[in-house]
Amino acid sequence: MSVSVRIPTILRTYTGGESEVKAEGGTLREVIADLEKNFVGISDRVLDDAGKLRRFVNVYVGDEDVRFAEGLDTATPAGVQVSIIPAVAGG
Amino acid sequence: MPDLGNATALICRECGNTVELGPYYACSECFGPLEVAYDFSGVTRESIEAGPHNIWRYKDLLPVPSNVAEIPNTEPGFTRLVKADQLASALGLQTLWVKDDSGNPTHSFKDRVVGVALAAARELGFKVLACPSTGNLANAVAAAAARAGIRSAVFVPSDLEQQKIITTAVYDGTFVTVDGNYDDVNRLASELAGEQEDWAFVNVNVRPYYAEGSKTLGYEIAEQLGWRLPDQIVVPIASGSQLTKIDKSFQELIKLGLVEDRPYKVFGAQAEGCSPVSAAFKAGHDVVRPVKPDTIAKSLAIGNPADGPYVLDAVRRTGGAVEDVTDTEVVEGIRLLARTEGIFAETAGGVTIGVLKKLVESGRLDPSLETVVINSGEGLKTLDAVAPVAKPSANIAPNIEAFRATGLV
Repeated sequence: MSVSVRIPTILRTYTGGESEVKAEGGTLREVIADLEKNFVGISDRVLDDAGKLRRFVNVYVGDEDVRFAEGLDTATPAGVQVSIIPAVAGG
Repeated sequence: MPDLGNATALICRECGNTVELGPYYACSECFGPLEVAYDFSGVTRESIEAGPHNIWRYKDLLPVPSNVAEIPNTEPGFTRLVKADQLASALGLQTLWVKDDSGNPTHSFKDRVVGVALAAARELGFKVLACPSTGNLANAVAAAAARAGIRSAVFVPSDLEQQKIITTAVYDGTFVTVDGNYDDVNRLASELAGEQEDWAFVNVNVRPYYAEGSKTLGYEIAEQLGWRLPDQIVVPIASGSQLTKIDKSFQELIKLGLVEDRPYKVFGAQAEGCSPVSAAFKAGHDVVRPVKPDTIAKSLAIGNPADGPYVLDAVRRTGGAVEDVTDTEVVEGIRLLARTEGIFAETAGGVTIGVLKKLVESGRLDPSLETVVINSGEGLKTLDAVAPVAKPSANIAPNIEAFRATGLV
């Protein structure tokens, strides 16, 4: 299942400058593993040593923050937009 | 090279990775937030006191060029520190001060952070001043950009208070309301920041510089107390940045020898309907679980507060606490401050006053120690919160008999 992944500026060194790339996978975990195949090193930036999402990374599948869903096990249906964003907020 | 004063580099708060000064905000190694590092020299009480009556008296402690005060800006800061004896008495406190930041040019503390963000953004070559906002920042960005003669681009949740919509729109920048909550708007802005390279989203891609502006609240409090730190301070928490930067400012003043090194406690205040940091504090967690906000304190309604973990660090290190209050208590807090001190706070101020009261009642705040509470914004911007309860005493015909008949004589 192919999804579209929006890449933040600080990870575009891994994607050759691309701000949006395609990836395969039925869950977020699989999508990140697939990204790693094509863009070696990117997974370590998003996941910590224990394989969990780093605490200052926000990932959205569609409109949903995956921390409100199933985290790395969040389903990624075909065609969905995945977005990786540095966690900053302050209104 | 940008001229950013005594700033020397950006350092990741999480992993310590050092990055050169530039338009960076997240660590390329671990996504952690970047923080401005400095090499301060020659900063004295006298050099500060010789400066203007606004935040630029602290320019040597901020990432801004030395001529910052001469470039058109809104000249924020140096707001009143009000000795609040009647509020103190009502709450059973001995010495209480209200730092009333509603006195800023657009009536909230956000003019401070935007002032610093604008100065840094200009040095970094950005052309547009932008932000996602819960309202106060929207006002501050739109006004600062107008004053500086540059374009602004402001994004807010569409259900914002009407007052904050109008007080942004009047400056005539690009102003977009978004069908979603603040966290949705923030996400949109974060994605846009990756596309629009010459747009400085003050609280996103210029955030390391922007956030430093909140230090001026702490500097001013210490200076206005006669170069002394208060024993206790109660600060509202939205993203958590204001609280962590006030703590940072106190630490810097101690290191620079500008105040005596003595213990102080930092307390955080949230509204119950958006209290992820308070919940984490009470549960003993060091991470913050995001929530979906539901509170009248919209300026504090950030469900995913990025600086939450650092708030927990600062509060625990200093022996403070984080507490939350209901919307009813927020309104009571606004009325109490208005009735006792003649200060009309917005809902965020109602939150800090409500939490102050709760902390005293539960014994976690020592009533014998000098305490400062922050009022971060102006009540005129959140009229709906008090409209149902703030009413005239009576409505009468224009004659003395009618007035007597009310029993108000």
